[in-house]
Amino acid sequence: MTVPDDEARVIPISAAPSFEEPEPLAKLLAFIRRRITGDYEVDEFGYDAELTDKVLLELIRPLYHRWFRVETVDLKNVPDEGGALVVANHSGTLPVDALMMQVALHDEAERPLRLLGADLVYQLPMLAHLSRKTGHTLACREDADRLLRKGELVGVFPEGFKGVGKPFSERYKLQRFGRGGFVASAIRAGVPILPTAIVGAEEIYPKIGDLPSLARLLGLPYLPITPLFPLLGPLGLVPLPSKWMIQFGEPIRTDEYDASDADDPVLVFNLTDHVREVIQQLLNELRLRRGPAFPPFF
Amino acid sequence: MTHTVLVTGVSRHVGARLASVLAADPDISRVIGVDTVPPPSLTRDGGISLGRTEFVRVDLRSPDIAQVIAAADIDTVVHMSLVSAPSRSAGRAVMKEHNVIGTMQLLGACQRSTTVRRVVVRSTTAVYGSSPRDPAVFTEDLESHEGPSHGYAKDAVEVEGYVRGFARRRPDMAVSLLRFANFMGPGVDSPLTRYFTQPVLPTVFGFDPRLQFVHEDDAVEVLRRMATEDHPGTFNVAGAGVLLLSQCARRAGRPTLPLFSPAFRLLGDSARRAGLVDYSPEQVRLMSYGRVVDCSRLEAELGWKPKFTTGAAYDDFLLSRGLHPLGGVRH
Repeated sequence: MTVPDDEARVIPISAAPSFEEPEPLAKLLAFIRRRITGDYEVDEFGYDAELTDKVLLELIRPLYHRWFRVETVDLKNVPDEGGALVVANHSGTLPVDALMMQVALHDEAERPLRLLGADLVYQLPMLAHLSRKTGHTLACREDADRLLRKGELVGVFPEGFKGVGKPFSERYKLQRFGRGGFVASAIRAGVPILPTAIVGAEEIYPKIGDLPSLARLLGLPYLPITPLFPLLGPLGLVPLPSKWMIQFGEPIRTDEYDASDADDPVLVFNLTDHVREVIQQLLNELRLRRGPAFPPFF
Repeated sequence: MTHTVLVTGVSRHVGARLASVLAADPDISRVIGVDTVPPPSLTRDGGISLGRTEFVRVDLRSPDIAQVIAAADIDTVVHMSLVSAPSRSAGRAVMKEHNVIGTMQLLGACQRSTTVRRVVVRSTTAVYGSSPRDPAVFTEDLESHEGPSHGYAKDAVEVEGYVRGFARRRPDMAVSLLRFANFMGPGVDSPLTRYFTQPVLPTVFGFDPRLQFVHEDDAVEVLRRMATEDHPGTFNVAGAGVLLLSQCARRAGRPTLPLFSPAFRLLGDSARRAGLVDYSPEQVRLMSYGRVVDCSRLEAELGWKPKFTTGAAYDDFLLSRGLHPLGGVRH
C-alpha cells in the first residue's frame, strides 16, 4: 500500500496517549542488553556516545560536582551547533582538566567534546581505547580538519606536555603554543576559535619536583614529585580538592579568512599569539574571581 | 563494443563471483579466468558456477600469462590474484613471489599488449598499516608513518608501486587500484573470518581496535563496475561505519581472552606453526590500533554506495555461520 507524500508524517511514539516513559529499571535492562549483544554504534573515530554518557562520564561526574565544585562562566559563548575549536590552558600534572571540560560542555552545553590528544595516549594499553571511546582522537591535522568539517566541537590544549607538566611555581603562566596548527585547522574549516580558561587544575597535583631519568626509562614525558606522591604511594594519586572555574571567552571568528590563508605562516602565527593573549587575560581575571584555591582556608 | 575480460585469481571466492557476474553480462563477449590452481568443484567445496568463463591454468610467476593475453585479444584485465596468507605447504617466500613477481609478469604483458586498455588491480587497505601515530581515518593520498613491514601488506605496497609505474608508462590506459577493507560475508574464508569463528577470541590487552569490512556482494559490484567502465585512480572500498573488536565479539556471542601483546604474538606464532590459524605479525598491529578508511572518493566516482554497512556485512557473515549474541538474536 502506498501513502501520498503529504499524508505521511512521522508521529513520535511518545505523542501516543497510551505512551508512558519506560521505567528506569526497564531502561537499564535495555541498556545492558544492547551492550551485551553489541547492538550500538560507534563513529569512525571510535566514539561511543552511549558508553561515554552513561558510564564513563558518570564515573567522573562526582569529581566534577562534589570534589572540584566546578563552576562554568559564559556558557552562552559556546555555539549551539556547528564546528568550533575550543582552545584551553592545560595544567595539573595529569590531564584531569580535559575531562572536566568535557563534562562541562557535555552536560551544561549539551555538546560532545572531541579532544585532540598526544600520540603517547594511543600507544598505551587501556588509555588508547578509552580515549577513543570518549570521543578523543590523535592531535593531527587530518583528524582535526575532519571533525571540524563534520561540525563537531573540537578541543585542543596547544601547550601540550609543556603545560600539563609544568612545575607548581609556574602556575597560571601559559607556555609556548607550538606551531599554531590548531589555528590553521580553524581557518581551513572557517570555524570560530573559543578561547577557554580553566582555573583550579593547577592545584590538584602541585608538581614540586621531577624524576627525569626514571621518566625516560618508562617512556613518559615526566614523572612528577608532588607533596603526596610518591610519598603516600597510590594514595598520593588522590587529587587535592581545589575549587575550579571554567570560563568560555568570546568566540574569535576565522570565517573572514580564505582557506588558503592557513598556509600563511605570519598570519597563523599572529592569530596564535592573539588567542594565547586572550586566554592569559581570561586566566588572570578568572583566578582573581575564584579567590583562594581551597576555600575557606587558603 | 565487444569486451574480452581476463580475471586472475578465479579459484578464490570473490574472483570466482566476479567472473560469474561478468560471464552473465551480455555486453561482454568472453571472460577468461586464470589461476594457479583449478577452481573448487561446485558440489564439494561450495564452489561457484563460473558460467561461460574459460578457465586457463597459469602460474602467474611464469611468462605464460603474456601468451594468454596476446592470444585472446583481451581489452580488460582484472587482477584479483593477491594471496593474503601463506599457504601451509608453500610458505611465505612462495606467497611473496606469487604476489609481487606475478603482478610484474602480468603488468609486463599488459604493457606490451596492443589490445588491453583497462587494468583493475585489487589491493588492500592494509597498505596504510596500523599505528597509534596515524590519523584515525585514511584517505587515498595519506601515507602512514610506519608503513607495513611484513607479509601481505608489504607485498601490496610493492604491487601498488609497480601499478603506479605502469600507469605512468601507459597513460593511455585506465588503471584502477582498489584498496579493499577485509572481505566479509557468507562465502568469505579469510584469516579474519576464521578468527571470528573460534570458540574464544584472543585479543590484545588494553586495546579495542576499530575494524571495517566490505561485504562480498559490494566488492563484486565495485569490481564489476570498474571492469566495465573507465574509473582510473586509487579508491578505498569499505562498508560505511566501523565496528570495534569488542563489539564484533559480543555480536558473535564469543568470549574474548585479553593477552599482553608479547603473549598474543607468541600464541599467534605457535597457532600458525600448528596449522590452526594463519597469522602474521602485522595482525598484532591491526588488533591493537585498528584501521579505518574514507570511501567518499569511490562514492563520488561511481555515484553509488556499498549496500552493506560494516555492521550489516558482519551480521550477514554471523547469520551464515549460525553465530548469535548471548541471549539470542539481536533486534
